[in-house]
Amino acid sequence: MIEIKDLHKSYKMGSNSLHVLKGINFSVEEGELVAIMGSSGSGKSTLLNILGMLDNSDSGEYILDGVPIKNLNETKAAQYRNKFLGFVFQSFNLINYKSALENVALPLYYQKVGRKERLEKSLKYLDQVGLKEWAEHLPSELSGGQKQRVAIARAMAAEPKVLLADEPTGALDSKTSYEVMDLIQKINDQGNTILIVTHEPDIADMCKRIVHLKDGVIIEDKKIKQVRAEQYV
Amino acid sequence: MWLFDKDLWSEIFASLGKNMFRTFLTMLGVIIAMVILVLLLGGSNGMSNGFNKIFAGTASNSLFVWSQRTSEPYKGFERGRRIQFKLEDAGILKEQIEEIEVLAPRIELGSHRGVVTVYRNGRTSGSAVYGDYPNIDDIMKKKLVEGRFLNENDMADSKKVCVIGEETYKLLFDKEENAIGKDVRINGVFFNIVGIYKPNQNINIDGENSVYIPFSTFQKAFGSGDRMGWMAISVQPDTQVTIVESKIKQLLKNKYDINPIDERAIGSFDLSEVFNNISAFTGVLKGVSFFVGILTLLAGVIAISNILLITVKERTKEIGVRRALGATPKVVKRQIVLESIMITVFAGFIGFAIAVGILAAVNGMIGEDSDIPFYNLMVSIPQFIISFVLMVGLSVLIGLIPANRAVRIKPIEALREE
Repeated sequence: MIEIKDLHKSYKMGSNSLHVLKGINFSVEEGELVAIMGSSGSGKSTLLNILGMLDNSDSGEYILDGVPIKNLNETKAAQYRNKFLGFVFQSFNLINYKSALENVALPLYYQKVGRKERLEKSLKYLDQVGLKEWAEHLPSELSGGQKQRVAIARAMAAEPKVLLADEPTGALDSKTSYEVMDLIQKINDQGNTILIVTHEPDIADMCKRIVHLKDGVIIEDKKIKQVRAEQYV
Repeated sequence: MWLFDKDLWSEIFASLGKNMFRTFLTMLGVIIAMVILVLLLGGSNGMSNGFNKIFAGTASNSLFVWSQRTSEPYKGFERGRRIQFKLEDAGILKEQIEEIEVLAPRIELGSHRGVVTVYRNGRTSGSAVYGDYPNIDDIMKKKLVEGRFLNENDMADSKKVCVIGEETYKLLFDKEENAIGKDVRINGVFFNIVGIYKPNQNINIDGENSVYIPFSTFQKAFGSGDRMGWMAISVQPDTQVTIVESKIKQLLKNKYDINPIDERAIGSFDLSEVFNNISAFTGVLKGVSFFVGILTLLAGVIAISNILLITVKERTKEIGVRRALGATPKVVKRQIVLESIMITVFAGFIGFAIAVGILAAVNGMIGEDSDIPFYNLMVSIPQFIISFVLMVGLSVLIGLIPANRAVRIKPIEALREE
């Protein structure tokens, strides 16, 4: 599903440049649930940005579902993001003046899905995250966990190839975190490919594979036995 | 067709409605600008209409020609000779100068601007008495308060009838007294009043206190023979009055053996000059109003752009999220520009409605019968269309500034956690 070869990325900081990614090689199969771990400054967010086509690499190869991602202009990148990727952010990033349902429907709107179908689909995904009754509520009327579940529904609504989650539990207490992880695991159970950036070991343990980043290189890449979040809920 | 996309519009309304108060404040600038524009245009249109109304019935392309004394000797004649037009001159001029549309000969009792005593039941009025052709009405329309003006029958039968001025009426009659059908005596001859007219306050050539009788009656009653005092002439539309004026003078100078360089023997007054000056004045006024109004509108639209720039900055994160979810730069741009257009057009309509209301109220206050040169203050349809097209055009151009700013927002920057 994802194939990365010798990926480099550096940022210019005045006169000297900061080499953030120093040759990353890894691939993700369909249906995997991968945790990308590392301390801050390890390059994990940069990697996720490049995977999410929010940033460009300096050199190296990135193939997503057989499509080489290279030299995209803004329009193309937006279309690819819409088609291939679902995003879940640490701070949810819901649009505050839109209801939960409208937020979920937004990627479908950009896919030019008709209004009726869009709302039906969105309601279905809201139902999947258990928030059907909250469809008409504004984000400000939802709890943190609920907001993140809406965000996950939004990411899933466009039926992406890969779900990218950047610290999805970073702003949540542990109980809510486990609820969200439970949801993510269930989505993964359905065969969806998911990448999670996290620095919390207990969250990482709930994935099926942990990729450890340090100073811009992968120091460890291991498959683990998944801890189900269900038992903590 | 994205223009009819319900979702697009609900996106726009949602983001505008999110901050009603600020949207309203933004609109206020354009509302006021539109009010100013429409009031200025309406006012200058009203002034132009007012002048037109005042001069209604007066042929704008007309001139008056009268005779004086020569100032140059010619062909054995000494200078200072009095020229006397004859009635036949009217026919000759009409025949030979085809640009002449209407020619109304006139004769005056006594000397020029002289007054004659008009009697009625022991009351008197010192009035100017004119012998006129009915077609004078085609050049200078008389506003009749009562009765009618002289007509062809009066002329043909040399009827002893007259039309008197309001001032004359006041001197000869009691208030509210019926004058039509009553007689007045001029130089021992009785004339039956058939009409009373109200002189035009703004363009008054005949004076306030005047009596008109048919030309033919004048000839018989006062023995004026074939003499003619002066002529009121209107020329064909699209013809320069000055050109016709010089043709007439040339012809008359030739006929009466006047030195071609003599500037004083024949007097004339070109009424079209007055009209040209007035229409030039109102034209300039209209132009200036439009210019000032459009600049005001521009200022209003720039205010919108400013607010949208601030809004874009505030919405950085939202726009970043939209981009991450698949909004292309074009979509983002379109939304911001349409927001700009929406605010502008909506505000423009409100301003327009307010201004039209004010104009209607002013119209009501001025009323129909007023001598001040303001009448029917309104904007014309083309002015309205031009204003709106300009406004929308400006809002698109100026909406592009915040729109481009929004597009420059990189999703990665927008989404960076603080």
